[in-house]
Parts: sequence; structure tokens; C-alpha cells
Amino acid sequence: MSFELSIRHRVGERSLTLDTRSDARITGIVGPSGAGKTSVLNCVAGLARPAEGRIVVDGVTLFDRANRIDLPPEHRRAGYVFQDNRLFPHLRVGANLSYGERLTDPAERWIGHDEVLDFLGIGHLVQRWPATLSGGEARRVAIGRALLAAPRFLLLDEPLTSLDAARREEILRVIERIRDELAIPMILVSHSRDEIDRLTGTLITIG
Amino acid sequence: MSLGLSESEWAVVVLSLKVSLVAILATLPVAYGLAWVLARRSFPGKLLLDGLVHLPLVLPPVVTGWLLLLVFGRAGPVGGWLQETFGFSLVFRWTGAALAAAIMALPLMVRAMRLSIESVDRRLVAAARTLGAGPFRAFRTITLPLSLPGIWAGAVLGFARSLGEFGATITFVSNIPGQTRTLPLAIYTGLQVPGAEAEVTRLAIISVVLSLAALVASEALIRRAGRGAHVL
Repeated sequence: MSFELSIRHRVGERSLTLDTRSDARITGIVGPSGAGKTSVLNCVAGLARPAEGRIVVDGVTLFDRANRIDLPPEHRRAGYVFQDNRLFPHLRVGANLSYGERLTDPAERWIGHDEVLDFLGIGHLVQRWPATLSGGEARRVAIGRALLAAPRFLLLDEPLTSLDAARREEILRVIERIRDELAIPMILVSHSRDEIDRLTGTLITIG
Repeated sequence: MSLGLSESEWAVVVLSLKVSLVAILATLPVAYGLAWVLARRSFPGKLLLDGLVHLPLVLPPVVTGWLLLLVFGRAGPVGGWLQETFGFSLVFRWTGAALAAAIMALPLMVRAMRLSIESVDRRLVAAARTLGAGPFRAFRTITLPLSLPGIWAGAVLGFARSLGEFGATITFVSNIPGQTRTLPLAIYTGLQVPGAEAEVTRLAIISVVLSLAALVASEALIRRAGRGAHVL
């Protein structure tokens, strides 16, 4: 089972309930904005704490309220690609890419630095500052930074939004290649079903 | 190079710079710690801590000086302990002047640093955590460098405030040449004796130049901090 998510979570006035098990390589979560899609990712990454529930990824329990298990984010090994990328503005692209890589145990790395640069076509960007990148470039760097941290799974939050059609196609292909070549479980969140239909195995609708 | 200053006037300038520099360097980590706690944590008594930090800004400096005398004087709880344990006293010493300057500069430093810590996007810290950084490493590699302009601005502003410190200093450590007679105290002393107008003028010009330079530097740093916050 790639993902076992059983989450009861409150954000302000809204409450979110999700119970799902998925063995697909890409699990899609679709729902209107405000439905709590990002909250689900935050709960899985350890950035938010569900009121109740259990989160298991690839056999590793990340959170289990009943058994008082709550791994801190730095031990969950989530490759989280944020909707707003969140590249570190004071570090060049190269330092952004190696930020998580340097913190991982070399024995756990499953993809090389140059391999990621080639795979994403971002080798020419390493000397640049994040503020100078286009939307598509920043998204690819964010994906690269997440991959280099040797994640056990990827969380992609609206990876195609705020990109023009050409960039969108480019990122879609990157995600397909990650799915087919890297064999790493992914949760992909989107507000539009059409956008991710072509990618996902299991599709969950919330909200 | 004397710039028309006599030896005793130079001694005043050097003492002022020494007192302010030591005051700011020693206060820097304390101010940053307070700023971080006030910017990032919520706890009972936060309002009280905020009030205490800002108190020297609004309290008559003479009262601050008197309170320092009560606490750090030879009969005070901390002063007495320092005297007994280390044979060390702050009263009538330049170290005491530095303490007074530090207390008076603290609110300004905390304000500047707090603003710059608040402007660091917490979502970046969250991103660092998901990449494997523990809380302390995330602080050291993200929050600290991104709030650096605020640290500089706070330090320079605090330095300028220290140079001008008068009321708390004269109350706490008196006006002793070579120990506690900093620029403002020397100017005040000069005004008390006839015929010292030229000396007063020279020291006043130095005060204006130093303060102006510090303000301009602080303003430039704050603007850079403002830009830094909008890099995303």
C-alpha cells in the first residue's frame, strides 16, 4: 500500500475528513479551492497535525494519534513541491538544489546530483538567483530540490497552476517520467480533474 | 590627525565609541533572542515581556538609571553578588556606562530585529523542515540569514542611541572623566563651566556627524531588508 490516509483535521471553521488507501503510483486529490487539499499534504509532510487519524506511507507510520506517533517533518522524508515553490531567496539555484541533498545520509540517496540536473534540464540555472527564474524554471528547480533530498515519496501541490500551456506540458512530462522511471509514490493535488486525469491511478475527490 | 581636538577631547570620543561598541556587541544576541521570541512565539506573559523590553523607551532615563543603581549598585542584589563573587563592580566604571547604554538601546534593537524576523516567510522555514532540516538548522540557514539586514539595522540604531545616552548613565555611574564621561556628559560638563564653548562646539559637531552617519546607515539597511522581504 503506497498511502494509507485517515485524517480528521480542522482548519479554522472548516473540517476535513479523509479515509483512503491507494496503491497507485500517483494518487490524485481533486477538490475546489478551500476544500483542504493542501492541508492533506501538510498533514502528510508533518507541517500540520491532524486532530485524529493515521498516516502510513509505504509501510512507514508517519502519524498515528492513537499510538502517539508523530514524526517531525525532517524525519518524514517527504519530497514536498509547494504550489509557490518556496525556493530560498538568499541562496542561488545550486545551493537551493543541494540544501536537502547535504542533509541526507549518502546511503539513502537514490538519485545523483547531475542526474537530476539532466533529468529536469536545469543545469544551466545553478548560478542564478531564484528571483530571476521564470515560473516553469522555478517549478523544475523546486522539483529537483525535492528529489535530491532522497525522499521516500513526493507531494505535488498544484504543480501545473500558474504556468502557460507550454510550461504545463513540460512539467506534465517531467511528472510522467518521475512516475515511470523513478518509481516513487506521489500524491498530486489539483483543483481541476482534467488537469491530472492523464497522470493518476487513483483519484480522490474532497470538498 | 587631531581634527582640532585636544587629548582629553579625544579620550572622550574614544571612550564613547568603546562604551557604545561594547554595549551593542554584548546586547546583540540578547536583543535577537528577545526579538525572535516576540516575533515567533505566543505564550502567557508575552505582552508583559514586550512591555518590559520597551519600558526604557518611555521611562524617564533618570528612573532607568536609578533602577540600575538599585539592582547593580554595590548594595543591590546583582551588584552585591558580582562584588562578592568576582570582586567586580559596575558602579562608576565604564562597564556600568556600557550597561546603561545597552539597556537604553535594547528596545530600538529589538524593534528593528523583530520586524525583520516577522518579514521572513515562515513557509520557507517549513520548506526547509521538509528537506530534512531540524528546527535549529532551519533557523540558522533560513531565518537568521534572511533577517540579517534587520540585525545590522538594529545594531546601528542601537549604537547611535548608545552614543547619545545621558540620563541613565549620569544617574547610574556618575560623570567621571576617563571612566564614564561620554560625549553627552562631556558636553553637559562643558556647558557648566565658562569659556568652554569651543570644546562644546567641537564635541557637538562630532555627535551630530556620528549620529547622522549611523541613522543613514540604518535607514539604508532597513530599505535593503524591505527589498529582501519581497524577493519571492
